[in-house]
Amino acid sequence: MLELKNIHKKYGDTEILKGVTFSLEKGETKVIIGPSGTGKSTLLRCINQLHPPDKGEVWLDGEEITNRDININKIRQKIGFVFQDFNLFNHLTALHNVSIGLEKVKRMEKEEAKKRAQAELKRVGLQNQADQYPAELSGGQMQRVGIARALAMDPMIILFDEPTSALDPELIGEVLEVMQSLAGKVTMLVVTHEMGFARNVADEIIFMENGYVVESGSPMRMFAHPTHKRTGEFLGKIATLYGEHKEE
Amino acid sequence: MITVDLVTLIGFLPRLMGGLVNTLLLTLMSLIFATVFGMLLAMGRVYGKAPLTTIIYAYEKIFRGVPLLVIFFLVYLGLGQIGINLLPFTAAILGLALRSSAYQAQIFRSAINSIPEGQNIAARTLGMTKTQSIIHIMIPQVLRLSIPSWSNEFTIVLKDTSIALALGVPELLRVAGQIYAIPKYFDYILPILLIVALIYFIIVLLVNKILGYLEEKYKMAGFDVSVER
Repeated sequence: MLELKNIHKKYGDTEILKGVTFSLEKGETKVIIGPSGTGKSTLLRCINQLHPPDKGEVWLDGEEITNRDININKIRQKIGFVFQDFNLFNHLTALHNVSIGLEKVKRMEKEEAKKRAQAELKRVGLQNQADQYPAELSGGQMQRVGIARALAMDPMIILFDEPTSALDPELIGEVLEVMQSLAGKVTMLVVTHEMGFARNVADEIIFMENGYVVESGSPMRMFAHPTHKRTGEFLGKIATLYGEHKEE
Repeated sequence: MITVDLVTLIGFLPRLMGGLVNTLLLTLMSLIFATVFGMLLAMGRVYGKAPLTTIIYAYEKIFRGVPLLVIFFLVYLGLGQIGINLLPFTAAILGLALRSSAYQAQIFRSAINSIPEGQNIAARTLGMTKTQSIIHIMIPQVLRLSIPSWSNEFTIVLKDTSIALALGVPELLRVAGQIYAIPKYFDYILPILLIVALIYFIIVLLVNKILGYLEEKYKMAGFDVSVER
C-alpha cells in the first residue's frame, strides 16, 4: 500500500537519506529504529511531501505521490501524522482539534463532524476532556488528542514521529496503549525508541543508520538473530536503557 | 474676577458632543483601515520575500519614526502641493491610519511569530492548504494574542485624534477651542478644557473596560500575557 523507492534527501551539502527502500501493506505496523540524526524523522516528512525527497519515489495505494503534478493536499488527507511535540491547535478545544479537519478539509456538517470527533476522543479514552484546551491537558492527553485528530480523517496510514519522546515517563504508557489498540486495524509507520512497543506490536522492525536501512525483519528475528553486528549492538543497548513498558 | 455659570457651561455640551462624534469617527475609520493594513503588512513580512519584506520594513520604520503632526502636514499640505487635494477629515484619517498600521504591523508580526510553526505543519498534514491554515489556525490565534496590545493602540489613536485639530478638523478639542476663542467666553477656558479632558478620560475608560472584557473572553488558556504577581 505504501512503497518507498530509493529515497534520497539532502540538507544543504549533507545527504541525510541515501537511498531508502521499503514498503507497507494494509494493516501492518512497522517500526523504524535507529540512532538520532540518521534521518528517521526526515523520512516520515518525505513520505507526506512536507519535505519532498530529492530523488526516489513514494507510492501510496498505487498512486505516485512524489509526482509534482498531483494535488498534495488531497493526498495528505490519506496520510495521518502524529508529532513528537503534539502540535495541537491551542485556540481550540480537544473536540474542535479533532473535528476541524473534518469541517474544513472534508467539508463535513458541523454536527456530523462533532459526533465523529466525540467518537474518536472516546476511542483514545478522552471523552471527558472534549471541552478542555490543550494548555489544560497533560502531555499524554495532548498526544492522544493528536492521535484522535489523525484517526478522524480516516487515513490509509498514520505516521508517528517519536510520539512519546517528549512525554514524562509516567505518561508514555497511556499513549503506547492507544497505539497498540490500533495495531492491525490501522496501518502504522512508527519512528520510536520504545523497544517494548517495537518488540510487542510491530510486524516488522526497520533499523536505520546513516541514512540507510541497515536491516529489517520481524521483531523476533531482529532481537534474537540479527544479521548485522550493528543491529544487535543497537537493539541491545536501547533495550537495556529504555526497558519495556508492557510485560510480554 | 472670573465668572462661570453652570447653565452656560451645560449649553456648550451639544457642540462638544458634535466634536466628539467626529473624534469617534476619526478613531474608528482610521483604526479599521490600520488594522486590516497592519495585518497585511505583518503577513507580508512573515511570509513574503525580498523586496517586499524590505519595503515593509522601511514603511514600518518611517511611520514609527516621524511625529504624527508631521505626517498630517505631509498628507494634507504636502500632497496638496503636488495636486492631490484631500479634505482635512480624509487627510487626518489617512495620517492616523498610516501611522497606526506601522505599529499594528509590529503587534501582529510578533503574535504570528509566537505561534509555533508546528501547528501550521499539523494543519497541512490534515490536508489544509496554506491559505486554510492561515485563516483557521493562524489568524484566530493572532487576533487573540494581539488583543492586549491592540487595545492599547486603540486608546492611543483615540487620544491622537486631537492632533487633527491642526488640520482644522472639527474634532472635540478644536470645537472646544472655537467656543472659548469667543471673547465673552474667555472665562470658560479652564472649565471647558477640564470637561474635554474628562470626556476623553471617560471614553478611554469605557473602551478599556470593553476591550478588557474581550480580552478575558478570548484569552487562550495557558497563554496569559498579563503581568505576573
